[in-house]
Amino acid sequence: MAGNSNSLRSRLGQARGLGSAHEGVHHWWGQRMSALALIPLSLWLVASLVCNAGADYAVVSQWLSSPFTLGALGLTILITVYHAVLGLQVVVEDYIHGQPTKLILLILLPMSGVALVVAAIVSLLMIAFAG
Amino acid sequence: MAELTLPANSKPTTGKTWKAAAGAKNIKVFKIYRWDPDTGANPRVDSYEVDMDSCGPMILDAIIKIKNEIDSTLTFRRSCREGVCGSCAMNIDGTNTLACTKFTSEVKGDVKIYPLPHMPVVKDLVPDLTHIFAQYETIEPWLKSDTPPQTRERLQSPEERAKLDGLWECILCFSCSTSCPSYWWNGDRYLGPAILLQAYRWIADTRDEATGERLDQLEDPFRLYRCHTIMNCTKTCPKGLNPAKAIGEIKKLMVERR
Repeated sequence: MAGNSNSLRSRLGQARGLGSAHEGVHHWWGQRMSALALIPLSLWLVASLVCNAGADYAVVSQWLSSPFTLGALGLTILITVYHAVLGLQVVVEDYIHGQPTKLILLILLPMSGVALVVAAIVSLLMIAFAG
Repeated sequence: MAELTLPANSKPTTGKTWKAAAGAKNIKVFKIYRWDPDTGANPRVDSYEVDMDSCGPMILDAIIKIKNEIDSTLTFRRSCREGVCGSCAMNIDGTNTLACTKFTSEVKGDVKIYPLPHMPVVKDLVPDLTHIFAQYETIEPWLKSDTPPQTRERLQSPEERAKLDGLWECILCFSCSTSCPSYWWNGDRYLGPAILLQAYRWIADTRDEATGERLDQLEDPFRLYRCHTIMNCTKTCPKGLNPAKAIGEIKKLMVERR
């Protein structure tokens, strides 16, 4: 892709386009920091799942009702979804160039992320408190 | 959308084969992309048999020999023939590099030569660089200073000057930008490794006083943050520079000034 050679607008004008959006740092930093946080959280999650392998429902819900487990599991879900939404946003921006499709996807992505997190956290609380 | 196949009228066909003169013993075949905008025909790949016993050692020597002795219609850019002008950048043996600093002997088998990838082609091996040079202009690649001009040169310490090493050597051949998938898919807005390395060259220059303004202009999801550290730029750079590192330094400064 290299600008529109049929346009009579100057090439410098085309290259400048709509100017700089003055954003992107927050997204980049968020992606890096969430990746960093997911290293210990994923290790903990895998270790916990291995330890709980084969346990019955009562044992697992007992394990889930401890404040540490509930907090760590909630954080893991929240940060995983946050990281995934940021990553998928990059994929959409990279590959989807049609304006309506791109806009719809960029609206739906964070919305589905929030819905997923809310559903997961509510489920966790229900298991932890209702048993 | 990303373009994974070529449009029908851009698919290269097999072109002519130009036989070497009888008696030639040391023959190397050059398969070169040809496209002439005036014919309306699809691009084709011509094969040229070159007698290496009467040819210089570089790829550029071979294509100049082809133009001089075999087929004068072959079109390409070249100037300095010593890796400082950046004119003869092309895709040789699957890698973007300079024809003048690449030895023909480095290529095993037939030598395949195409124009720089994913740029509009003007003719044969000549890509249209208008947009990328316009992008270069957007970063305002000149010293900006509010300090009144001095009666002598603006001084730098040796340490300050050393920050420009690995940046000033860039010859704007655009091998890096045209090897970058992010630049292929979003080159209309993403500045690409060559331009971002040049932008960092002015950001890193201690004599320049417009650092903040320069960072402001780069802070954009497309202009800067399309770089996903794929590193094709660094791998392909015929001058051995590291555009990916320069982009990383810009991203670090963006975080630092928050």
